[in-house]
Parts: sequence; structure tokens; C-alpha cells
Amino acid sequence: MGVPSGKLLRSVKPVHPTGRRIQNKHKLFLMALPFLLITFIFYYLPISGWIYAFYDFIPGIPLSDTPYVGLKWFRTMVENPTQTGEVLRVLKNTVAMSSLGLVTSVFPVIFAILLTEVKAGWYRKFVQTLTTIPNFISWILVYALAFSLFSVDNGVVNNILVQLGVVDEGFNFLASSSHIWVTMIAWYWWKSLGWGAILYLAAIAGIDQELYEAAEVDGASRFRKIWHITVPGIIPTFFVLLLLSIGNFVNNGMEQYFAFQNAMNKDAIEVLDLYVYNIAFANNFPFATAVSMLKSIVSVALLFAANTLSKAVRDESII
Amino acid sequence: MNPLFKGVIPLRKKLKPGDALFQGIIYVLFGLFTLSCIYPFYYLFINTISSNDLSAAGYIKFYPREIHFDNYSKVLRISGLSHAALVSVYRTVIGTLLTVGASAFLGYLFTKKEMWGRQIWYRSVVVTMYFSAGLIPWYITMHNLHLTNNYLAYILPTIITPFNIILVKTFVEAIPPSLEESASIDGAGYLRVFWSIIVPLTTPILATITIFSAVNQWNSFIDTAFLMTDTKYFTLQFLLWRYLNESSSLAALIRNSPDMAASVQNMQTPTSVRMTVTMIVVLPILIVYPFFQRFFVKGIMIGAVKG
Repeated sequence: MGVPSGKLLRSVKPVHPTGRRIQNKHKLFLMALPFLLITFIFYYLPISGWIYAFYDFIPGIPLSDTPYVGLKWFRTMVENPTQTGEVLRVLKNTVAMSSLGLVTSVFPVIFAILLTEVKAGWYRKFVQTLTTIPNFISWILVYALAFSLFSVDNGVVNNILVQLGVVDEGFNFLASSSHIWVTMIAWYWWKSLGWGAILYLAAIAGIDQELYEAAEVDGASRFRKIWHITVPGIIPTFFVLLLLSIGNFVNNGMEQYFAFQNAMNKDAIEVLDLYVYNIAFANNFPFATAVSMLKSIVSVALLFAANTLSKAVRDESII
Repeated sequence: MNPLFKGVIPLRKKLKPGDALFQGIIYVLFGLFTLSCIYPFYYLFINTISSNDLSAAGYIKFYPREIHFDNYSKVLRISGLSHAALVSVYRTVIGTLLTVGASAFLGYLFTKKEMWGRQIWYRSVVVTMYFSAGLIPWYITMHNLHLTNNYLAYILPTIITPFNIILVKTFVEAIPPSLEESASIDGAGYLRVFWSIIVPLTTPILATITIFSAVNQWNSFIDTAFLMTDTKYFTLQFLLWRYLNESSSLAALIRNSPDMAASVQNMQTPTSVRMTVTMIVVLPILIVYPFFQRFFVKGIMIGAVKG
């Protein structure tokens, strides 16, 4: 923002006499207190809900009247073959989609590099403005668009395919479980690619132009300039985002999968977050809580691991 | 001019054949992707304003035909829909005002070194971005707090949004401290300094937060799916989701609604209702987006520097 922050403030001596500062420090705290309470209620209090994982809890019956069962719900994950199968299936989906997400996280990098190569400024602006729109609509809306475009009976894509004679009858893109991982990642990037590229575009704009001019004088080709100047310039940004997504490996979020799930594709689309929702609404609260709890713990552990890695490699923490 | 491209100087004046080919390819690729980003919206729009017969037969692909606006006037009469629109508007307006106010005030308070326990409180707010107790423990908590089937469930949990607080705090720290000092020497208390100095100076970042929060509120639907069973709390997003998944009930809704089937040519079908409702939900965002695009970009940039 142009004005140096933090350091400047710190060098300024407090102007208030000591007595008034002591009074003020409590006054400030009291002003913040209502907001801290809200934070506590909505972010910290839910952790107390983990206790339900250790009871045979049924919604509607008070916890004090339900039997304590210790680690029963955690043990069923490994001891009950059906349950183990379910958990493994869901883990497979989670790992598959998160891995696809990690591998394809170079897409916005490529997008940004190629977009800066476009010569006409108006076209860059045009592309950038329009491709960020999908980021601002909900997954329900994305699904509604997908529904209109791809549904079997009246979707424009199937209509065109049938008219062109590519297929005999409409292909049910939305209800098929065979390509769902790829379909999900494709929709994800349709929604996020333009937006995800913004940070990289900024990183590229921040690269010293003299580097390019010098390389030009030395006769470097465009690809050599990209490889030796642009790519090193945006690697730090890429690295931070990559580490953050490693920290979020088990948190796919559920909105996208919730919107796109149906009876046909359920087996392949259920990631952990969605699975937890589905079992809870099949009224198995304690098991859902147990899975939720394990997921939160694994997720925090991954984040710390990513942070440690970041400190080791680039001497800077990501959180 | 987009701020991102400032300082990008075109380096080559004359195109070599290889360059021309390369330029051609990336122009086409970006053109196709851009088209794929906007065509779905356009497709839906032209279908909702074209004759429903032609639309149902799949004739409307590139431009509207036999334009009419019956779909919109009729869909708004579906029972529950206009109420859901009101719920969506209310939660967007009230939720946004509260979170912007809270983020501004708390962000400002957190810049005050003399606050008792400042570091601990600030960190405990920020760290909530990186963990959550999980969906079900959260649901049980909300249930125990009687926030199921309750409008407050839309507003209270979003008041504290750590990311917004970081944005404001960073911004306030960049304001020269002399401004605030001169005011407090003149006898202004924290509230007065906040209102007459901090708020006017942080308007750009508050605008960014406002637009982010408003879009998030408008787009939320998971909270409705979890917490609300009474139809009077349903939002537009949630109704749309129901329409997409329950075509049989939607067909019944159309049959039972008066004057839904009035004109034969533009009879409402589940598809036309779905498309029209989708358009109604998406339009506010499409209308707002061009005016606020720069705020979105600014938000992600500041967030990236700090976050």
C-alpha cells in the first residue's frame, strides 16, 4: 500500500501517561470481548461436540441418558468389514480427487504465463475479466448450468452430439460414475482457473522487466525467457499455494460434491466431507462425529507438516 | 487499465512467423476457454426469453427467438419463491453489514498494542482459518444453541470472518499513526477515532470486504441444507437445488399453480422453471460483478501478501 507498516508504528513511543495506558488496556479488551465470545461460540465450542463420538448417541435423547461406549465407533472403522470397505472407498475418492487437484495446480500457472504472452492488452483484460466470473457463483448454480447443458433429455451438448451423429442417444454425463473424478476436476477448474491465475499474473507483473530486456539482447528465445525468468519468478507463489493445498488434502470441501451427487454417481463422488454428511443424515451421528474428528486431527497434522517443510525449505512459515 | 498488467512492456516489435503462429494458438485457446465460461450463462438466458416450445425442442442455441418474458413473471408467482428471494436478500444485507462492521472494529482494536492479551486474542481468531471441529460437531453445537430453524443462524456465525479481520488490521497498520495521535491528544476516545478517522480511511478495504461477504452470503446453501427444515427459512439457492433434484415435485408444483399453464405456447415445464430460477439467482452476481471486479482483485492481492 506504499506506506511502510508495522515497523513504523513500533518505533513511535506511546504518548499516553502510564496510568491511562493501564486503564486503556482493559477498556480495549472489553470492547473486543463480545466479538471474542462469538469467535469462541462458533469456532471453539463445536470442538466439545467431539464427545459424541464416544457415546451411542441418538438425536433427541439427552447425552446423559446414552451409554458411554469408549472407542467403539473408531474400532468399527477397522474391525467391521463392511464399514472398513466404506471408509476405504471414501478415502480412495478423497485421495484421488485431492491428488488430481495437486497435479493440476500448475494449470493456473500455465494460464498466467500464456496470458502475459498475449500481445493485445484489451484481449488480456477481456479474457481475465470473463474467466473469473464462474468463481463467484455457487456450486449449486454451477450444477444448474451443468444440468441445462448436459442433461440427457434436453441438454444442448447431447442435442448437438446426437444431431452430429456422434452418439445415438444422449450420454448421461451427470449420472455416470465412470468419469466422475475427471468431471469433478474439470468443473473445478472451469470455476477456478481464471481466478487462480490472478496471483500468478501479479507475480509475473512484479518481475523486473530489465531481466527480459537483457535476455532479449543476449538473443534468448521466448521459451528460454519463460523458463529462466518467468518460471523462477513465480515459483515462490506456487510453492506457498502448493503447501497450503497439501494442508487441505483431506478437506475437499463438500459444496461441489454435494451439488453434483446423485444415486448413480454416489459411490465415486463421496469424499470424506460428503460422506460425513451422508452418514449423519442416515442418523448415525456418533460414527459421523468420529470420522469428522479424525479428519480434523489429520488435517491439522498435515498443515503443521506443510508448515515445517516450508520453514525448512524457504525459511518462512505459511500460517 | 487492469492494475495487474501495469509495467508489462511489449518487447518485440516485429512478429516472426513462429511468433505469429504461437500468438494465433494462444489467442484461440483463450478465446475458447473464455467462451466456455460465458456461454452457459448466455445459453440459459436466451432460452428463458425464447418461446418455451422452441426451447424445449432444442432450437435455441445461439440467439433468442419469439422473445417473451412470461417465464419470469410466472416463476416469481410460484409459492415460496418470492419469500425465498426475500430471505436471500435479508441475509445478504444484514449479514454483510454485521460482518463488515465487526471486521472493521475488531481489525482496528487488534492494531492497539496496549490491548490486554492482544497477541493471544488475535492469534486465536486467525488460527480458526486453519482448523474446524468438523461438520457434525458444528451441527450439534448449532442445534444445542437453538440455531436450527432460526434466521440468526444465517447471520451470527459469519460475523467473525478471520480473513476480513486480517485485511483490515493490515490496512490500518499502514495508516500513519500521527493521524490517530493528534486526534487522541485532542481528547478523542477509541470509538471516536474509529468512527471519524479509521472508517473513512479504510473505505477501500471495507468495500472489498463488503463485496466478498455479500457474494458469500448470497451463494451459501450448505447452512440451509443442514439447519433449516421449515420452508419459511429456505433461500433461493436452496430452492434451486430442490428444483434441480426433485423434478416430480416441481412438475406437480407447476400443475397446481394457478395460471402456470395458461398459455399453451409458453407453458411452464420443469426445465423452463429450472432455467428461469437459475437465471434469477445468477443475475444479481452478473450485474454486480463488472462494477466490483477491481475490489475482488484487490482483496486477493492484499490477502496474499499477508495471509
